[in-house]
Amino acid sequence: MRRRALTLSVGILLTALIAAIAVVSLVWLPHPVADTSGGRLTPPGVGGYLFGTDRLGRDLTSQFMIGARIAMITGIGAVVIAAVVGIVCGIAAAFAEGWLDDTLAGLLDVLIAFPTLLLAMLIVAAQPATIWTAVLAIGLAQSAIIARLTRILAKRVLQSSYVTAARTSGTGWFGIVVGHVLPNIWTTLAVSLALQFGLAVLAEASLSYLGLGAPPPNASWGRLLQESQQTVLVAPMGAIVPGILIVVLVIGVNLIADGLRDRLDPTSRERAAA
Amino acid sequence: MTLLALEDATVAYGRGAAPAVDRASLAVEPGTNLAIVGESGAGKSTILNLLLGLRTPTSGRVLYGDRPLARRDRAMMREFRRDVQCVFQDPYASLDPRRRIAAIVGEPIRSLGIARGDELDRRVASALERVGLPADAARRYPHEFSGGQRQRIAIARAIVCEPRVLLADEPVSALDVTTRVRIVDLLADLVASSEMTLVMVSHDIGVVAELCEETIVLERGRIVERGATSDVLGAPRHPYTRKLMGAVPRLP
Amino acid sequence: MSLLSVSDLTIRADEKILVDRLSFDLDEGERIGLIGESGSGKSLTTLAIMGLLPPGLTAEGSIVLDGTEIVGARERTLNRIRGRAAAPVFQEPRTALDPLMRVGAQIAEPLRRRGARGSALKRAVGDLLAQVALADENRISRAFPHELSGGQRQRIAIAIALAAEPKVLLADEPTTALDVSVQAEVLALIDEIATAREMSVVFVSHDLAVVSQVASRALVMRRGEVVERGEVGAMLAFPQHDYTAGLIASAKRFEDALERRMGS
Repeated sequence: MRRRALTLSVGILLTALIAAIAVVSLVWLPHPVADTSGGRLTPPGVGGYLFGTDRLGRDLTSQFMIGARIAMITGIGAVVIAAVVGIVCGIAAAFAEGWLDDTLAGLLDVLIAFPTLLLAMLIVAAQPATIWTAVLAIGLAQSAIIARLTRILAKRVLQSSYVTAARTSGTGWFGIVVGHVLPNIWTTLAVSLALQFGLAVLAEASLSYLGLGAPPPNASWGRLLQESQQTVLVAPMGAIVPGILIVVLVIGVNLIADGLRDRLDPTSRERAAA
Repeated sequence: MTLLALEDATVAYGRGAAPAVDRASLAVEPGTNLAIVGESGAGKSTILNLLLGLRTPTSGRVLYGDRPLARRDRAMMREFRRDVQCVFQDPYASLDPRRRIAAIVGEPIRSLGIARGDELDRRVASALERVGLPADAARRYPHEFSGGQRQRIAIARAIVCEPRVLLADEPVSALDVTTRVRIVDLLADLVASSEMTLVMVSHDIGVVAELCEETIVLERGRIVERGATSDVLGAPRHPYTRKLMGAVPRLP
Repeated sequence: MSLLSVSDLTIRADEKILVDRLSFDLDEGERIGLIGESGSGKSLTTLAIMGLLPPGLTAEGSIVLDGTEIVGARERTLNRIRGRAAAPVFQEPRTALDPLMRVGAQIAEPLRRRGARGSALKRAVGDLLAQVALADENRISRAFPHELSGGQRQRIAIAIALAAEPKVLLADEPTTALDVSVQAEVLALIDEIATAREMSVVFVSHDLAVVSQVASRALVMRRGEVVERGEVGAMLAFPQHDYTAGLIASAKRFEDALERRMGS
């Protein structure tokens, strides 16, 4: 019992830390990020630059903070897109029967087999890269996973006795989806979406690393990692800090997902209540 | 006037496979409780689905009153659903675990547009009382109740809009024997004290004997015997019925 | 000495007592019934005898099966005697068999553990199928559980139980999920096999009529406690405890209704 609460708390703490940095970055940065007056590769602590400067003299700390903002936007944006597209498609697919059902299931499986990254790259390569193209691409790629999960969960609910009872009570299909299907599947979906958040952040970092994400100076952690590759021996902070920040956020979100699953699982809730 | 009827109804799944229901005809007359008896695979569930308007026969018709049941006719279906309700077999699966009892019991009233607000609450409370549940049950969730109580909730939901036909699918099979008696008594009371006619699907001959005046016996989708329960059980003519009667375990 | 000796068996889940100081003995060739409704602890008792209590439940007291103490025994000890001393048949034929394995292979498993191989193994499987009255053994043996009916699956479950040649058959509501005509056949089968092999039977059920057909002695359980015990015929005719009387009255209700219909 205690371990469960701890998991959730630690997860929330870590995630809130990054979120706080992101929010602060909206109103305050230690140095204007385009300002290159700091001198190339200034070491950490010198001249008011907490973590030093990059090759072009821009403050690293400010860039890290903007990276936090981008990570949060990506995570939330991708998850929202995956949720909306995935859940709608999943529920629609749940109503299919016979050959249509099999076809849709197969289609979803094929989409999921594509690595998110590859799929995202395909979508992004067609457009000039901005943070929004990355978010859209990642969100769409992830929606296939959400759609498949939703389809299975919704199907099970649709076959239940209480949905049959709802039909004989005169409830229409829309009422059944909103009143019976969604309430019975949302907790499992919430856990899955929390996990997708972490995956979205990682996907975005990879895309940026490959140059397919937002360009500097509004760069994400992934882009920062790529930029500091060549100077890593001279100015290690440029690589270490973004790496640590990515790990903190992804672990934080995964712990939230774990904690939520324990909390929201209806059977354990029943046991606690009984 | 016949409340509900099947006229030569067949449900088949395609060439080669034996039909689930084969040219079944039956009529539900007001005041005469009807039992549909058969073993698993006999087609009981399919007949139930036909009578509930959840399925259209591949040939033959389902009659509601004197009209054929048109599942696409919304107005007719609304009237039909108000008139024909069902108590399902598994009390642990027929109640939405995420909803409170008030919402569960009130669903037919809300969905069929019968009443709203205070009037709805009043009817729900009245239904709960009729099945012997306390008023505060409305605020609780299904998992807080035992099997017998859950079945009462399911019955409350079925009677809340005052249907003329109450279908029951093995309503007591999943219950302990002492609870069975109580629920059977409840059903008998409800049917006697209102304008409801009971149509019960069951494999339990004892319960059938207790509640139903007429009995139909199903074997592999076909009706093999029908008549007054006393005749069908007391002097069975069809070999299958005889086999069923002989297999019932009796106390020494 | 008794084949199975249960003394003061108490089963707990945290603080809650699910079975309270249950005691009974079973001799060779004897058949005993455990009668009770849901929550009576009757199924937990059979699980405890096999050492198969789910995690979270603890057992105290003593269960001596064929000379071995079960309560607190190590998994290795339990594995040795499971199947040989006692074998179970459970209620739900749908979940008792491995859905991904052909039934012939499932029957062969306990036989293989005892050393049978090759054509001897095949013959043994065929024998068991014949004993549970499943004709057309080649087709049945190669079938998967979902291809068989409930009654057939339950017969397979019985065949698997018999494969290890147990001294005690633990039958937990083996016919409850079956149709009434199939139930009669399976009960007759259990009776026949138990007599032929001089096997003891612990028969758990909520159905008084069924228990009276199978067992000579019975215990009535309610909420973990034994409220009455004795010879079945005598108990049904002259129940001592109110609860037993209540069970009998409920069962009789429906039988009387049947009599009335048939008589009228």
